[in-house]
Amino acid sequence: MSNEPTLLYTDVEGALRAGVRKLLDERCGLRGVLGCYDGDRSLVTGLWRGLNRELRLSALLVPEAHGGDGGSCREAAVVLEELGRVVAPVPFLTSAVVGTTALLASPAPAAAVLLSALAAGRRTVTLVVPLAAGPGAAAGLDIRVEAGELHGRVANVAGALEADVLLVPAARSGESVELWAVPAATAHIEPVSSLDMTRQLADVTLPGVPGELLAPAEAGRRAVGDALLTGAALLASEQLGLAQWCLDTTVDYVRLRRQFGRTIGSFQAVKHRLADLYVEVESMRAAARHAATACGGASGGASAESAVAASVAQAFCGTAAVHVAEEAIQLHGGIGMTWEHQLHLYLKRAKADQIAFGTPGSHHDELARLVALPPPV
Amino acid sequence: MDELPNDLRVRVGRLLAEHDPATTGRQEFLGARFDEGLAWVHFPPGAGGLALPYEFQPEVDRLLASAGAPENDMRRNGIGLGMAAPTILRFGTPAQVQRFLRPIWTGEEVWCQLFSEPGAGSDLAAVATRAVRDGDGWVVNGQKVWTSSAHNARWGILLARTDPDVPKHQGLTYFVCDMTAPGIEVRPLRQLTGEAEFNEVFLTDVRIPDEHRLGGEGQGWAVASATLNNERVAIGGRADARESGMIGVAARTWRERPDLRTAELHGKLLRLWVESEVLRLAGARLRQKLAAGQPGPEGAALKVTFARLAQQLTGWELELLGAEGLRYGEWPMVRPSSVDLTGRDAGYRYLRARGNSIEGGTSEILRTIVAERILGLPAEPRPDKGVPWKDLAR
Ligand SMILES: Cc1cc2nc3c(=O)[nH]c(=O)nc-3n(C[C@H](O)[C@H](O)[C@H](O)COP(=O)(O)OP(=O)(O)OC[C@H]3O[C@@H](n4cnc5c(N)ncnc54)[C@H](O)[C@@H]3O)c2cc1C
Repeated sequence: MSNEPTLLYTDVEGALRAGVRKLLDERCGLRGVLGCYDGDRSLVTGLWRGLNRELRLSALLVPEAHGGDGGSCREAAVVLEELGRVVAPVPFLTSAVVGTTALLASPAPAAAVLLSALAAGRRTVTLVVPLAAGPGAAAGLDIRVEAGELHGRVANVAGALEADVLLVPAARSGESVELWAVPAATAHIEPVSSLDMTRQLADVTLPGVPGELLAPAEAGRRAVGDALLTGAALLASEQLGLAQWCLDTTVDYVRLRRQFGRTIGSFQAVKHRLADLYVEVESMRAAARHAATACGGASGGASAESAVAASVAQAFCGTAAVHVAEEAIQLHGGIGMTWEHQLHLYLKRAKADQIAFGTPGSHHDELARLVALPPPV
Repeated sequence: MDELPNDLRVRVGRLLAEHDPATTGRQEFLGARFDEGLAWVHFPPGAGGLALPYEFQPEVDRLLASAGAPENDMRRNGIGLGMAAPTILRFGTPAQVQRFLRPIWTGEEVWCQLFSEPGAGSDLAAVATRAVRDGDGWVVNGQKVWTSSAHNARWGILLARTDPDVPKHQGLTYFVCDMTAPGIEVRPLRQLTGEAEFNEVFLTDVRIPDEHRLGGEGQGWAVASATLNNERVAIGGRADARESGMIGVAARTWRERPDLRTAELHGKLLRLWVESEVLRLAGARLRQKLAAGQPGPEGAALKVTFARLAQQLTGWELELLGAEGLRYGEWPMVRPSSVDLTGRDAGYRYLRARGNSIEGGTSEILRTIVAERILGLPAEPRPDKGVPWKDLAR
C-alpha cells in the first residue's frame, strides 16, 4: 500500500449499513428500548436473534474457515454506527467484536469450536472484565485458577446478561493470565441497575467452576489485550453513531421550534454551537474510521499504529459524544429533560461509553507511552 | 488506491534521471516537474498535471522528496499555490492558464490577495474598489488592506466593483492585477509581532487589460468564493505527516526539556496532541472526499479547528517555557519574504497565531458558513439584501 488508506465509506460498507438500518428501523422501536429501564428486556433477545438470522452480524468478524463471513473491522464499525444511532440494546460489541477477537487470538481447539458456534448464531459470548477496562488494563487478576476450577468475582461486566458462554481471563499464579471458557449457567450473574440500561452491567461470580482452557498464559494475555484494543477502536464508531443522531435531531428541532417570532435555529448563538458540534462529529468520523482501518480484525493482531489509533479515537470520541449529547439536551430546552424524549438514552449511553474500554484519561496515559511524550519525573 | 499507475512511475523516474536534484537548480527542477505533469497530477495536461485522480499526489510527492527533490515553498507563495492556481485553473482562459500556472508552481512569481478593504472585511461582498471599463481594458481605483506579501508579489488576485447599481454580490468582477503596474502603491502595515507581513495597497488609475479578467463581468463573487474555499482547505486541510506544524514544535520541546515538565501541562499537551492528530485525519478524509471536485464549505470546519489548536498550542508552549518564553527575538520592523507560522521563537508563534482565527475568514464567519451551508440552518437577517450597492449605508 503506497497511499493513505481511505477514510471514506466503501460501497460494500454502504450496503451493509443500509441493511442494518432497515432492520433496526423496523424492529428496534423506542418503546422497546425504553423498556430496558423498566425491567422489560423483551426487545433484546428477539432483536439480537433477528440481526443474526437475517444479517449474520455474529458471523461478521469470524473468518470463513470457521463458517463466518470474514468481514473487516471497518465493516463492524459501520454496524456499530447504526447500532449507536438507535441505542440498540444488543450484545454486538461485547460478543461479535470483543469476544470474537479474544477467540481469534486463542490457540486451543475449543476456541475454534466457539467461533463456529458464533458464526452460526448459536452462541453469544462476553469477555469477563469490567466494562471500564481499557487496552492497558491488568485484566484477569480477580479470577484464580485452582485445580482446573475458576474462583473469583468481577464487577460491572457488560454483555454477561446476554451471554451463554463467558470468556474468563484468569490468573494461575502471579500475573500470568490465561483465557478460559465457562458456561454462563454455572456462574452467578447478578444484574446491576446501570446508568445505561441499554448495555446493562452485571456482577459475575465464579464459585469454583470448571471450564475449558482457550489460551495459556502468554497467549491469554495477548488475546485479552487484542480484544480490549479492538473494543476501544470500534467503540468510537458507536460513539459516532450516537453523536450523529443527536446532531441531526437537534438540527431538525431548531429549524422547527419558534421563539421570539423566529425559529431558534436562526439565532447565531445557536447556529454557532451547532456548527461546532458538526466540526466535532466530522472529527469523530475521521478518528473512528482511522481506528477501524488500523485495527487488524480477523486478519491478525495489534500493531503499534492500531494502538495509537485506538487511543486517539477513544481519547477524542469518548468526550466528544458526551459533549454532543449534552448540547443536544440543552438546545432542546425542557423537552430535552423528559423521559419521553429519547435524548436521555443517548446521553446515558454516551456517558457510559466514555468510561468503557478505558477513560479518555487512561488513553492519554497510553498515548504518552506510545508516542513518547512522558510525564514529568 | 494502492499502486501508482506505471506511467506515473515512469514519469517520476524520467524526471529524476534527466534532472538530478543534486545538480539541478531549484526553479529549473520545479519547472521540469511541472512540464512532466507531476506538479498537480489532478490538473489537466499542460497545466502541470495529467488529469489523474488526486489520490496519487501524496505518493508522487513522497517519491520525489525521498530522492532529494526541492519542494515549492508554501510559506513564500501560499496565495499563489493554494488560492490563485486552483482559481485560475477553474475560471481562467486557456491563455491565462498557460501564462500563470507554471511560474506560480516554480515560485518565480509570488502572488498576493487584494480582497479586504477598510470597509469590507467579513462583509467581503461590500468591496468599494472600482473598476471602470475603458476601451480594451479597465481602470481601477481604490484601497485594499491587510494584503499579505504584497511587497513580494508580482501578481495579485483582485476583487473590484464593476457595477454599483445592482445588489452587492452581483456587481463584482475578479481580475489578475499586475503589481508592477503604474498607480500601485504598497505601504507596510506593522503587525503585533513587530513585522510587517501585510500591507495596505492603494490603486490609483491602475490599468488592467481585459484579458486579465478572471471569469465573467459581474461573476466576481462566484470566483472569489472558489478562492476562499480553496484558501480554507489550504490552511486547515494540509496533507501532513503526524506531528507536523505546531504540535510538532510543542512535542519536540516537551521531549527535549524534561526539566520544564509539569503534570498540568502534560495533561493539556496530550489533549492537544490528540486533537491535532484528529484534525490531521479529518484533513486527510476531506481531501479524499474532494479528490475530484472543488472544495465546498467543508474546509471552513477544518479551519476553525486549525486556528483554535494553533492558538492553544502556542499559548501552551509559552507556559511550558516559563520565563524563557518571555525572551522575544527582536522587534524591529521587517518586511518578511515569507509567512512562517511555526517559525522564529515561541513568543512570535504565540502572537502570530492570533491572526489564524481572523485571516481567511474569521472563526465566527466560518461557523455561520457551516451552520447555513452544511447544516441548512436559516440565514442571518440581511437588511442589505436586494439593495443596490450604491444605496447601502456605509
Ligand atoms: C494576518 C492576516 C493576514 C491577512 N491577509 C490578507 C490578505 O492577504 N488579503 C486579504 O484580502 N485579506 C487579508 N486579511 C484580512 C482578513 O481576511 C480580514 O481581516 C477578515 O476577513 C476580517 O475582516 P475585518 O478585519 O474587517 O474584521 P470585521 O469583519 O470587522 O470583524 C470584526 C469582528 O466582528 C466579527 N463579525 C463580523 N461580522 C460578523 C457576523 N456577521 N457575525 C458574527 N460576527 C461577525 C468578526 O468575526 C470579528 O470578530 C488578513 C488578515 C490577517 C489578520
